[in-house]
Amino acid sequence: MSSSPSTTPPAAPASTRAKPANKGEAAADYLDGRLGIYSLAKANLRKIFPDHWSFMLGEICLYTFVIIILTGVYLTLFFKPSMGEVVYNGSYAPLDGIRMSEAYASTLNISFEVRGGLLIRQIHHWAAIVFVAAMFVHMMRVFFTGAFRKPREINWVFGFLLLCLGFFDGFMGYSLPDDLLSGTGIRFMEGAVLAVPLVGTYIQMFLFGGEFPGTDIIPRFFTIHVLLIPGVMLGLLVAHLILVFYHKHTQWGGPGKTEKNVVGMPLMPVYMAKAGGFFFLVFGIIAMMSAVASVNPVWAYGPYRPDQVSTDAQPDWYMGFAEGLIRVMPGWEVRAWGHTLNLGVFIPLMLFPLVLVLIAAYPFIEGWIIGDKREHHILDRPRNVPVRTGLGAAWITLYVVLLIGGGNDLIATHFHLSLNDITYFVRVGSFVLPIAVFYITKRWCLGLQRRDKEKVLHGRETGVIKRLPHGEFIEVHAQLPQGALHTLTSHEQPQPLELPSEVDENGVARKVGLLTKTRAKLSEGYFGEGGQIPKPTVEEHQEITSGHGHH
Amino acid sequence: MSHDNISDDKLPEAHAASEGHGLPAVADDPFADPGLPAHEPRRTDIDERAAKRAERQVSLMFVTSMLATVGFIASYVAIKPDKLVYIFPLGHVSALNFALGMTLAVALFCIGAGAVHWARTLMSDVEMPAERHPIEADDEVRADVIQQFKTGAAESGFGRRKMIRNTMIGSMAMVPLAGVVLLRDLGPLPEKKLDHTGWIEATPAAPIRLVNMNTDEPMKAEDIAVGSLTFAKPGPSASRPNGLQDSDEDFQQAIAKDALMLIRIQPEDLKDEKSKNLGFEGVLAYSKICTHVGCPISLYEQQTHHALCPCHQSTFDLSDGARVIFGPAGHPLPQLKITTDTEGYLVATQDFTVPVGPSFWERSA
Ligand code: HEM
Ligand code: FES
Repeated sequence: MSSSPSTTPPAAPASTRAKPANKGEAAADYLDGRLGIYSLAKANLRKIFPDHWSFMLGEICLYTFVIIILTGVYLTLFFKPSMGEVVYNGSYAPLDGIRMSEAYASTLNISFEVRGGLLIRQIHHWAAIVFVAAMFVHMMRVFFTGAFRKPREINWVFGFLLLCLGFFDGFMGYSLPDDLLSGTGIRFMEGAVLAVPLVGTYIQMFLFGGEFPGTDIIPRFFTIHVLLIPGVMLGLLVAHLILVFYHKHTQWGGPGKTEKNVVGMPLMPVYMAKAGGFFFLVFGIIAMMSAVASVNPVWAYGPYRPDQVSTDAQPDWYMGFAEGLIRVMPGWEVRAWGHTLNLGVFIPLMLFPLVLVLIAAYPFIEGWIIGDKREHHILDRPRNVPVRTGLGAAWITLYVVLLIGGGNDLIATHFHLSLNDITYFVRVGSFVLPIAVFYITKRWCLGLQRRDKEKVLHGRETGVIKRLPHGEFIEVHAQLPQGALHTLTSHEQPQPLELPSEVDENGVARKVGLLTKTRAKLSEGYFGEGGQIPKPTVEEHQEITSGHGHH
Repeated sequence: MSHDNISDDKLPEAHAASEGHGLPAVADDPFADPGLPAHEPRRTDIDERAAKRAERQVSLMFVTSMLATVGFIASYVAIKPDKLVYIFPLGHVSALNFALGMTLAVALFCIGAGAVHWARTLMSDVEMPAERHPIEADDEVRADVIQQFKTGAAESGFGRRKMIRNTMIGSMAMVPLAGVVLLRDLGPLPEKKLDHTGWIEATPAAPIRLVNMNTDEPMKAEDIAVGSLTFAKPGPSASRPNGLQDSDEDFQQAIAKDALMLIRIQPEDLKDEKSKNLGFEGVLAYSKICTHVGCPISLYEQQTHHALCPCHQSTFDLSDGARVIFGPAGHPLPQLKITTDTEGYLVATQDFTVPVGPSFWERSA
């Protein structure tokens, strides 16, 4: 390989590389000559990753996704996505002789005949539940720490799309076995589609290939569930991770951490071992959940029939807030000119994406209000941005209130409450509680900021009580080490936007647009007096520590 | 940490007395970044015996994983799929599922635990900084790229040759229509399909009997007890000589619209005159399909005559024309007009007068 052919022109550029030391190097050289792996590895093999428990949330998403793909492929080997009718005579005796679709029969087969099939089914379902939950919490960590700020807004959008696709793919998967619960979910979807003005009935007919339920919906959902959505998700996921690599991970502020560096340990070996190991930990835990906790025991529900229903029809948790919306909405129906506008279903159908888009759009709204064009790689402590933290908490509250609405019957029977009361509570609560939580959270953050300031200026409480000569008891405070002082004071405190003065330099009245005014107002809300506690200054600190204190 | 090294001069009250004792850090900027803290060695970094112990622990976990995989294979071979075992506190569970799940869990978890333990005890935990570079390119690169783009654009003549540009945009805009057209055969047009049910075949001349869903028998008015809830489907008709049967190819589709629930209410308790007239001697036949999003209604409370949909708890007062009294449903359950035939069996002589199930844009009633 390395010896170059002598002089025959035109000479191709020859490799001048030294002989590889061993087979491994030789193989790497071979690949490098074709794929350029050395240049790739140079930037990445010892890439530095900062360490914090909350940075593992994204990893959980990734690993559960891999688990879902692995187990999902296995399930496709046995599952028959067909609504063709068969009479069951498998080993699950209670359903012997019952008519059902092939989809349901093959799901029973996977659960009872295929050895380990039940385990794989349960791992698949548990992993899906954990996947969406992990995405949710991961998104919240990105939100509350401000990790979505420039340059990561687009990656936030990729992540958000993954979350939405995760919702839908989960819903479709739930629909495939064609048991009584999943059929009820599909019926729900049909009703929702029908509520769309103008085109609802057309979409319904095209989706189902005719009237509900028809025989097309499960094969169609199957393709979407196993091919279309996972394919798109895989693409987005790869893009998401490439961007995480490219941007380099954010880090918490602290001694030695700046906006211009990233402090942590190298990918190889520490992160390879930790992250690789973490995959197995996640997989192991989900396998254990699937060994001990049954999820979606479809055999207990029976095959789907449009005239039958199981009383505790409940979607997976992440659809719960949509369920809540649809349950607590008053049944408004507008009938005029020979048409019906089913607001009772259509409004929830529109609110569902709206609630999600609200959070998706947040980075852009905040960016606009603050008008900050710089890159941010140091994470915000949630307390240091009280308005954002309050808004995030309000959003979670809305979500949870609606989730409660989605389980209103369970809650009613469990806590012996009246269904009406819960419904009214949710109706009022979805407006009032987020607002209340916003204010509480914001004040709480301000309180924490005050406490930080206190700590910086007066030191940390040591828990040691001391009696002063004149008899008073006080707690001994210890000055914080410089590292801690730095951590507590290094964050920026943006100032609210100034409105341009009413008149320009020539004394001519200037027109300030409504948008600019709104922006200034919002900015005042974020960073004005009520929005943050001015952090201690060096002078304040010096004054107190040098004894010219304020008492 | 201990009491002794907290000197008096850190007491808030004692500041005045502590003049001159300035803390070292206060020198000029007490908040300045002191830089990365020095690396603190771990036990395993300095004690070879501790490192050896960690090494054995990691290997032990890997070995445990191997044993668990062997256990997994053994369970797969040895345990019958239908065997149940009692396991506290889970109750009776599938032995195979439990054994496979647990062995797999251990096999996977131990690999993970081993790798993480290895990383935490034996691999270097020295934190180091790497530089970040701004994402955006510098002005020179930016200007260069824009120039290149302009050159490319100029060479294409895209801006100058308007005819090419416009026809190209036109063709690109049109070609997706082929894909849209292809979707047409996904399903039929709605037409009036949702307006009618299988009961449409019923006429006064050829009535269709109401057949009990469970027994497949026609029913007389006296078969419907006050307070009971009976489910019914269409009996024999011209197109279905045996009535609607679950072996019919389109059974699911038909039952999704034709399903009925029969109740009997003392005629004097009926609050709605129109509804009373659609029934027969207090026997009323309502659509079983909830008008909210289409779940079948399954619960009936005989004292109040309320029917409840289990999906989102819409509640209908069946003594009052199935008026919605609670929940998200937007209109009453449709009622089928019934009477009896010459043999005294309950029959329908016409379809529902309004579409059953969830409402939709074209619904005019
Ligand atoms: C399939 C689902 C997802 C996977 C596999 C995934 C994976 C990851 C991973 C491994 C990281 C780096 C570690 C970490 O910061 O936790 C990350 C970072 C990030 N994720 Fe996700 N994520 C997913 C969904 C989401 C969602 C729903 C959002 C928000 C809407 C989001 C926004 C972000 C952002 C902005 C970062 C950069 C954070 C930083 O550098 O601090 N991701 N993601
Ligand atoms: S389907 Fe009956 S209440 Fe929603």
